[in-house]
Amino acid sequence: MLEIKNISKSYPNFCLKDISFIVEKGDYFVLLGGSGTGKSILLEIIAGNTKATDGKIILNNKDISSEKIQKRNIAFVYQDQALFPHLTVFDNIAFSLRQKKINSSEIKKLVLKLSCTVDVENLLSRKPGTLSGGEAQRVALARALATSPECLLLDEPLSNVDTQLRFELRGLLRKINRQGQTIIHVTHDYEEAISLANKIAVIEHGSVVQTGTPEDIFLYPKSEFIANFIGIKNFYKGKLLPSENDSGLKTFKTSGVLIFVATEESKDDGFLLIPAENVVISNSFSENSSRNIFKGKINDIFPAKIGIEVVVDIGVKITSIVSKESAEKLALEKGKEIWISFKALSVKYIAA
Amino acid sequence: MKNNRLILAFSILGGLVLLFIIAPLLGMFLSTSGVEIIETIKDTEVTNSIWLTIWTSMLGTIIFALGCIPLAYVISRKEFILKRLIVGIINLPIVIPHSAAGIALLSVLSRNTIAGRFAEGFGFGFVGTSAGIMLAMAFVSIPYLLTAAIDGFNTVPVKLEKAAMNLGASPIRTFFSITLPLAWRPILSGLIMMWARGMSEFGAVIIIAYHPMTTPVMIFERFNSFGLQYARPVAVLFIVICLIFFIALRLFSKNKIDARN
Repeated sequence: MLEIKNISKSYPNFCLKDISFIVEKGDYFVLLGGSGTGKSILLEIIAGNTKATDGKIILNNKDISSEKIQKRNIAFVYQDQALFPHLTVFDNIAFSLRQKKINSSEIKKLVLKLSCTVDVENLLSRKPGTLSGGEAQRVALARALATSPECLLLDEPLSNVDTQLRFELRGLLRKINRQGQTIIHVTHDYEEAISLANKIAVIEHGSVVQTGTPEDIFLYPKSEFIANFIGIKNFYKGKLLPSENDSGLKTFKTSGVLIFVATEESKDDGFLLIPAENVVISNSFSENSSRNIFKGKINDIFPAKIGIEVVVDIGVKITSIVSKESAEKLALEKGKEIWISFKALSVKYIAA
Repeated sequence: MKNNRLILAFSILGGLVLLFIIAPLLGMFLSTSGVEIIETIKDTEVTNSIWLTIWTSMLGTIIFALGCIPLAYVISRKEFILKRLIVGIINLPIVIPHSAAGIALLSVLSRNTIAGRFAEGFGFGFVGTSAGIMLAMAFVSIPYLLTAAIDGFNTVPVKLEKAAMNLGASPIRTFFSITLPLAWRPILSGLIMMWARGMSEFGAVIIIAYHPMTTPVMIFERFNSFGLQYARPVAVLFIVICLIFFIALRLFSKNKIDARN
C-alpha cells in the first residue's frame, strides 16, 4: 500500500498543495488532470526524483520520504521513455538485473520472459533510436517491470502513440495490472482514465479535488472544474452484449436498459458515453434514423452555460442539452412525458 | 543569383584563410628533401626528443583527466556560488601568455618552494625534468579537456541518470554506465586536443625545462644555433608523427566511440 500524506511542493510560479491519497496493492490508480496541474511533478516526488517541500510518502507502512531514489523500489516510465540510447533493447531491460548479482543465463531468461510479456522479443538486439514510439514504450515498460517494483509509475504513457497502438498498449497495461502490479498512471485523457483505472484522483491547480472510482468521478463530479474538464453528462457502466449479426451494431446493457452502440470492441465490461448535445427530444414518437428511441419523464430541467439541460428518466437518467427556443417550443417542464432519441453512432463505448 | 554571389564571395574569403594555413606548411614540406628527413630520423637526439614530447603530454593528459573529468561533471550538473568564476579560472591558461604561465609555474615548482621540496623528498624535482615538462604542458592545455568534458556532460539528459537510479543503480554506477559512455565522444575529443596542445607547447616548457629537450624547444634551439635548414627537417618529422597520431585517434573516436546508436 502506498500512502501519499499531505505532500506539498513550492516553485516560484506553481505549487502542489496538501496532496493526500491511498493506493492499495494491485490498484490501477489514475491521476487525471489538465496540463500544468502538477500531476507529473507528483510522480517525480513519489519516485524520489524531486523532494517534496512537505508531507510524507509511506510505502508498506515504511516512510520513504527521505529514501534514496535507487532504494525506493518504485519504477518510473517516463513520457519520452528515457531509454538508454547507447544500450541495446536487451541491455536496457537487463539494466536493473545486472546489479542484483544474478548470473548471466538467469538474466537472459528473465529478459526473454519480460520481452515476451510486452511483445518485444524480436527487438532485443536493436538500439532505442531505431524503435517506433509504441515499441519504445513497450521496452520502457519491460525495463521498469524488471525491477519487480512495488509500484509502477507511468507518466502519460499513451500520449505519443497512434490510436491503434493506444488500444494495444491499454490492453498490455491492463494485463500487467491484472498480474498484481500496482500502477499509478498520469494522464490528461479521461477516456484513458475510464478505460484503465479502478481509482481516479482528479488534480486541479496543484490540488486533488476528487478521488474515487470512475463512476464516482464521472457521475458525481464534485466541482464545476471536473464537470467541465470531463464534459460528460451521460456516463454508464454496463456490459456490451455480443452482436447478433455482422453489422457492427451491438447492444449495451446498463441498469436493465438496452442501448444500441456502433463499436468494433468485443469486450463485455465497459462504459458508455452519450454526448448530451446528441440526445434529441420530441413530444411524440417519430420514426427516424436513430436506433435508440426511448419514452421517458423529465426528471429535472435547468439552465446551463449554453441552452437548457433536460434530465430524462428512461430507466437510467439521461441528459439532453437543448436551446432555450426549443425548450419553449416543446413546452418542456418537469414531470412531462416525452420521447428521446440518439444514433448508435453518436454513442461511445470504452472497454474497461 | 544574389545568394550564389554571396556564397562565392564568402568562399573566396574562406579560401584565403585556408591558403594562409596550408601554404607555410606545404612550403616547409616541399623545401625539405627526403634525404634530410631520413638523416633526421637517424638522429637519436631528435627521435628521443619526439618520444619525450609525445609521452610527457600523453601522461599529463591521462593524469589530469582523472581530476578534470569529475570536475567537469560537477560543473555541468550542480549550481553553486562562484561557478562562473571557476569556469573563468579554467580558461585562464588560454588567455595568459605561455611564457608568463611558465614563470608562474616556476614560482610554485622550483626547489625552494613547498611543492619542490616535497618532490625532492621523494627523490625527484620539477625544474629541468620530464615531470616539470609534463606539468607545464598540462597547465596550458587543461582548458581544452575541461571545456569539452563540460560540453559533453551537458549533452547527457539528467533524466537518463534519474531513470538509471529509478532502476536501482547507485550514482557511481549511473555515472560509469550511463553518463560517461554518453559523454565519451566529446571527452575523447577533449583528451586528443589536450594532448595535441600539450605537445606543441613551447613558452611554458622552455622556462620550466630547457633540458631534457622537447621537440618544440629543439626546433627553436636548432633554428637559433644553426639556422632554418637544420630546424626544418625536425619540424617536418614532428608534424608528420603528430598528424599520424592525431588522425588515427580522430578516426578511432569517430568510428568506435559513437555511443548513440
